[in-house]
Amino acid sequence: MNFLHVFGIFYRNVILIRRSVPKLFALFGFITVELFLWGFITLWVQTIGPSDAKLDFILLILSAFIFWSMFELSQRSFSVSFLEEVWSRNVINIFASPVKLGELVLGFVLVGVVQTLLAFFYITPIAFLLYALNIWNMGLYIIPFFMNVLIFGWVLGMVAIGLVVRFGPSADILAFFIPFLLLPFSAVYYPVSVFPSLLQKITFILPTRHMFEGMRIAITEGVIPLDSLVWATILNLIYVFLGFLFLHWMLRLARTRGYLSRLVQD
Amino acid sequence: MTTILRVREVTKQYGNLTAVDRASFEIEEGEIVSLLGPNGAGKTTIIQMLLTLVSPTSGDIQIFGKTLKDHREELLSMMNFTAPYSLLPYNLTVKEALTVFSLLYGVQHYRERVSLLIYEFDLGQLADKKVGQLSSGEQMRIGIAKAFVNSPRFLLLDEPTASLDPIIARVLRAKILKLVRKAGGAILWTSHNMREIEQVSDRIIFLSRGQIVADDSPENLKNSFGQEDLEEIFISIGKEPVNRPS
Repeated sequence: MNFLHVFGIFYRNVILIRRSVPKLFALFGFITVELFLWGFITLWVQTIGPSDAKLDFILLILSAFIFWSMFELSQRSFSVSFLEEVWSRNVINIFASPVKLGELVLGFVLVGVVQTLLAFFYITPIAFLLYALNIWNMGLYIIPFFMNVLIFGWVLGMVAIGLVVRFGPSADILAFFIPFLLLPFSAVYYPVSVFPSLLQKITFILPTRHMFEGMRIAITEGVIPLDSLVWATILNLIYVFLGFLFLHWMLRLARTRGYLSRLVQD
Repeated sequence: MTTILRVREVTKQYGNLTAVDRASFEIEEGEIVSLLGPNGAGKTTIIQMLLTLVSPTSGDIQIFGKTLKDHREELLSMMNFTAPYSLLPYNLTVKEALTVFSLLYGVQHYRERVSLLIYEFDLGQLADKKVGQLSSGEQMRIGIAKAFVNSPRFLLLDEPTASLDPIIARVLRAKILKLVRKAGGAILWTSHNMREIEQVSDRIIFLSRGQIVADDSPENLKNSFGQEDLEEIFISIGKEPVNRPS
């Protein structure tokens, strides 16, 4: 592992983000607007709901929203770090350099971690000021939960990059669409029990399901559901491995079939 | 003399299409070898195989005596390239782009290296401009400077002077040759500018339909083809492929 290579990938993305107003808006703006949206919905719903459920409702919905946003951001920042190279037709320079795939992935991970942490430490005080939502009430459980959110974002980022490598730049839309496909099945805003029994079994393979179900139990019952945390972590570790293998396989296929040069031609 | 590149019986097939057909050649230390041929002859495929962007269907590529497939990162850190189809990031300044590539090539003292390149390639006035704001000729100059970030011993130049005016092209050619000879390296060069090829090349490899059809010095090639200049050889090869030498 050459950390200069990793730093090079990281540095290239930091330069882009820090001076691009649209990128800064994508980092802080969208989540702020969405917080307003979900906050107002929550405030309205709590006026028509039972009074003893008010606090839980704000905690449940807005916490779920914030962590889902972190998951999306983790996936998006990872994928966009690669797409930037495709969009600027620099991708050939990257793959013809001595940077290893693991170094490339680690560089994107660092970009994702920094962006997600910045967004998290930006949005949680705003949620507290506007809606009295103290997400830190979850205690130390927040750390493994946050880590799992980040990791599964990277996994989907690797899948998105692999698909772009395989199908060309026109597949970049997938980078923004993949998390949305998982949203209904991840039990983000409702418990797993609302799923039909078959779907409950199928969704067991989704780390997001365990993360958000676990988070909900922690908020409503005040206990840390270790089984959810353990399953989310185990599944994530398996998916990190599979995601890396998938990306490696797509790159090998691209080198065999000549898809890499297509990334600067489409 | 050290052999820098050894290509043995390399073939690249895309389905039924044979882009490169059993190509074999070597490049020795200090040599500047040009790869010539009509469009679709396989020049870019060969360069992309040397850069590991495309993997050969069969055959073996050795650089500095090591198999490229097994020592990819180590060998790529001693090589570099520039090509018109591979632009530098348009949203970085020249200085930033050179810094990023110095890091990607693992250059330890990257700040000093970037300053030296800016001086060597006379990029002072462009250093703080974004790459995307530069003319295609200026971008080509930056691309050549990028190819020297790691002081490569083996350089692949795919039409490096295509967008440059003749004065700058001449200056850059001289600089490229000086820097590579100083490093004790070698160059594989492609261009459609026959005069340039004749000036810089120790040897020329002609490709046609994926096959190497000639490999010799410019003078010997002119004698053996009975032509006065390389352009005539190029045209005759493009029109009617020569049988592959046994």
